[in-house]
Amino acid sequence: MNRLQIILMFVVLWLAVFLQTQFGVLHRLIGVPVCVLPALMVYAALTHGLAMTTLFSVVAGLWLDSVSASRFGVSVLPLFAFAFVVQTRSHLLLREQRFAQFWLGAAGGFFVPLVTAGILQLGQREPAFTQGTWWQLLVLALMNGIVCPLAFGLFDQLNQTFNYQAIETHSFRLDRQIVRGRN
Amino acid sequence: MFRRAQILVLVTVGVLVLTLLNLPPSVAARLKLACGAIFLPLFGLARGGASFMDHASYAPLPRSALIAEVERLREENDRLKLESIHASEALAENTRLRAQLGAPPRGAWNRRLARVVAREPSAWWRSVTIDYGTRDGAAVSQPVVTSEGLVGRISAVGYSHSQVALVGDADCGVAALVAETRDNGFIKGGQSTLDAGLVEWTSMVHSPRILAGQTIVTSGLGGVFPKNIPVGQVLDTRTERSGVTTTARVRLAANLDRLEEVFVLRLEPLPADSEATTPRPRR
Repeated sequence: MNRLQIILMFVVLWLAVFLQTQFGVLHRLIGVPVCVLPALMVYAALTHGLAMTTLFSVVAGLWLDSVSASRFGVSVLPLFAFAFVVQTRSHLLLREQRFAQFWLGAAGGFFVPLVTAGILQLGQREPAFTQGTWWQLLVLALMNGIVCPLAFGLFDQLNQTFNYQAIETHSFRLDRQIVRGRN
Repeated sequence: MFRRAQILVLVTVGVLVLTLLNLPPSVAARLKLACGAIFLPLFGLARGGASFMDHASYAPLPRSALIAEVERLREENDRLKLESIHASEALAENTRLRAQLGAPPRGAWNRRLARVVAREPSAWWRSVTIDYGTRDGAAVSQPVVTSEGLVGRISAVGYSHSQVALVGDADCGVAALVAETRDNGFIKGGQSTLDAGLVEWTSMVHSPRILAGQTIVTSGLGGVFPKNIPVGQVLDTRTERSGVTTTARVRLAANLDRLEEVFVLRLEPLPADSEATTPRPRR
C-alpha cells in the first residue's frame, strides 16, 4: 500500500458519489437508483488495513449524505459496519476469487441500504419503505455484486498505470554468454 | 475476540455517528453543505458539458428548420404577450376588488429559472438538487414547478444550491383538489420511489364522483403552494376499507424523472402604488 494507491481510491470514491447523482437512466427504467459504494467498501476492506478502511467508509458515508436528502451522518454507520466486518474477517475470505468478490458486493448492496433504512425509521422523517423497496434492494445487491469484481479490476489497472512497477529480476543474466566447445 | 485497535475504532466511529446525528438541524445542514462543496467543481463541469453538448447539437440543424422554429416561437410569443396583457388586467382588477373588500393585497408569484444539477442517490427520498441558492433568493418552502405542473418545494438551502423535495417525498405533502368536482384532498409524503411519476391522492371524504382522467390541481390550502397549479391526472380510484375516504392513483403532470430546468416561485409583494392597493372604505 502506498500513498498513490490511497489517493486513487479516494478519487474513485469521489467520482462514484458524483456519478450516482447524475445518472437517472436506471431509475427511469427499473425504478432503482445507482449506488455502488458497498462494492467499493469491499475493495477497501480486502486490500487495506483497519484504519484506512474506517477512514474510507466514514468519508464515503459523509459524501453520500452531503448529496442526498438523508440526515447528515446516517450512511456512515451502515457502510462502516459492513466494511468493518469484511476487514476483520478478510483473512478467512478468498479475496482473489471473483465469485467471493461478487457475493461480498451483493451482500453489501443488500444489507447496507437495509440497515440505512432501519436507522432512518428511527428519525423524524420516515423513508419510503414499501413493497417495491425489496425489488430495489435485490437490484442493488445484483448491481454491487457485478461492480465489485470490476472495481478490483479497475484498481489493479489504475495501480499498474500510475504506480512504479518493480522490475522482475531473474537468476539468469541476459548478458551471460555460454560458450560451448573447447578453447 | 476483538483486539484493542478494533475496539478503539468501533468506539470512535460510534461516538462520531452519535455526535453527527444529534447535532442541531442548522449545524448539521451547514456541515452537510460544507462537505458537499467538494462536488461543486464536478457539478460545474457537468453543467458546462451539458451546455456544450446542447450547442453542438444545434450545429448540424439546417437553416430552414431554424427559421421555421423562430417563426413558431414568434407566433407563440405574440400569443403569450396577449395572454399576459389579459392576465395583468385581471390581476389589477382582482387587486382593486380585494382592496375594496378590505382584504390585504395578494403578492405576485415571480418565476426564477434553475437547473437540476443532481438527483437523489438513495432509494428513500424523492429529491433533486438545483443551482439556485440563498445568493439568488432561495428560501425553504418556495414552490418549484415546470411548465407542465408542480414539481415540489425547496426543502434545504445553501449559498449556491438548494435541495428540492419532489411531490410525494416525506418532506413534500401537497393539499390538492379535483378540478372537475372540487373534492379536497391531499398527497401525503413518504410515497414509493419506484415510479417517481406516480403518487396517491386521498380525498377528505368519500366521493364516488372522482373518475379516471380528471385533473388534480393544488388547492392553495396549507399556504405553501399557490392555487390551481396542475399536479396530475387521476389514473384510477378505490374506496378505502373504512369507506370514509377515496384514494386515487395520480400520474404527475411534470415528468420528475427527466427534470432538467425548473422554475422556483417567489411570492413578491405588489408595488405599493396607487388605488390598486389602497383599501377603500366599505359601503
